[in-house]
Amino acid sequence: MKTLFRLLILGAVIGIGVFWFVTRPAPLDPDFAAGQSGDAEAGKMVFTAAGCASCHAAPEAEDKLVLAGGYAFASDFGTFYAPNISPGAAGIGGWTLPEFARAVTQGVSPDGQHYYPAFPYNAYQHLTDGDMADLYAYMQTLPASEEASKPHEVAFPFNIRRLLGGWKTLFMTDSYVLTDVPTPELERGRYLVEALAHCGECHTPRDGLGGLQRDLWLSGAPNPSGKGTIPNITPGGLDWSESDLVYYFESGFTPDYDSVGGSMAAVVENLAKLPESDRQAIAAYLKAVPAVP
Amino acid sequence: MKHLSTRTIATGLGVALIATAAFADSHAKLNPAVEARHHQMQMIGYHIGILGGMAKGEMEFDAEMASGAAQNLNALAGMSKAALWVEGTAQGEVEGSRAKDEIWLDTEGFDERFEALASASSALVGVADLEALRAGMGDLGGTCKACHEKYRGPKNE
Repeated sequence: MKTLFRLLILGAVIGIGVFWFVTRPAPLDPDFAAGQSGDAEAGKMVFTAAGCASCHAAPEAEDKLVLAGGYAFASDFGTFYAPNISPGAAGIGGWTLPEFARAVTQGVSPDGQHYYPAFPYNAYQHLTDGDMADLYAYMQTLPASEEASKPHEVAFPFNIRRLLGGWKTLFMTDSYVLTDVPTPELERGRYLVEALAHCGECHTPRDGLGGLQRDLWLSGAPNPSGKGTIPNITPGGLDWSESDLVYYFESGFTPDYDSVGGSMAAVVENLAKLPESDRQAIAAYLKAVPAVP
Repeated sequence: MKHLSTRTIATGLGVALIATAAFADSHAKLNPAVEARHHQMQMIGYHIGILGGMAKGEMEFDAEMASGAAQNLNALAGMSKAALWVEGTAQGEVEGSRAKDEIWLDTEGFDERFEALASASSALVGVADLEALRAGMGDLGGTCKACHEKYRGPKNE
């Protein structure tokens, strides 16, 4: 009896140990991008391609560069609010580059808490160190807002942030979905689609735990807010030519002159500001992903 | 025998009736206001398509046609909303609608978007050359996008 009890205790300790190990936040890399000085001008392009302002500007704000947060994201797990990420005390003021890089690519706050994957760190994990340093430099130049971040409305057990470490272990893969990128253009397209512009976050369906179903990459998904669907943009769902895609990214017009709308309008606004070659690269990538009917 | 056949006929009629009802239901007509709005949008898309085709160089610039398209766009933008944007016809309330609740919660903002289309299209009435058309086309596209961003929901499957 005593032995059984001891075994149970031992089992529980091991269990807790495994849980603690599996759910631990990524450690800080204090030497991240050491010796690199970020270029704010180049960071502006990273910022635009990554669509930071589309989610972090206050809803209805005139100046989209005041990243006060407040935008609400409905989901099956609760409502998430984009936080203030302006360079003031209420935002990311005082963060070091390594802290910022860990937040963006690992989804871990400076004080070691997991972020919810409403923040697309799963995509941003592919960001190059150089782009990260540039982005950091650019964001320091933006206006500060003192608006406090709104707490998420998430119910038990999803409000236990430590559990998100388990989510990351299950779903965060550092490999790209499209493995075969024979040309520099496709490689750039993959970086834009899978990393910066994080297209898969909305256009790929999720499983019951909110993990992306990578075998159904970009094949469309129900709208998390409940109404309508987000379209399939693989060649199995979209038959536009590459030039149709490029024109859409720059003008917002579909081949039959319907116009972009909803959340995609802000995306097109950003894509239109990128170099033409980037829009071409995204179009080439979309033609190269596996067709899902 | 006679009794049986009456029952058979009755059953057959019943089945036919149910089948007809199901068929009619699967081909249910859209809410007429929604359908009318779709036609209005289709007309807008048709005329934007003419201007866009010229701007893109897929169609030869034709001043008369461009101006006419702009004039029709202006008329379409000026249609009264009272009979078209009927309450209770938002996405989720009736089949096929992508109209967001914001249309009725923020009528002033919605009106402004149509007014923006009206002025961007009237600026192109009498457009003289391709360069001016291209310049005006950017503004015009911006008005479509601005309205659809806020007031149109995602596609229904």
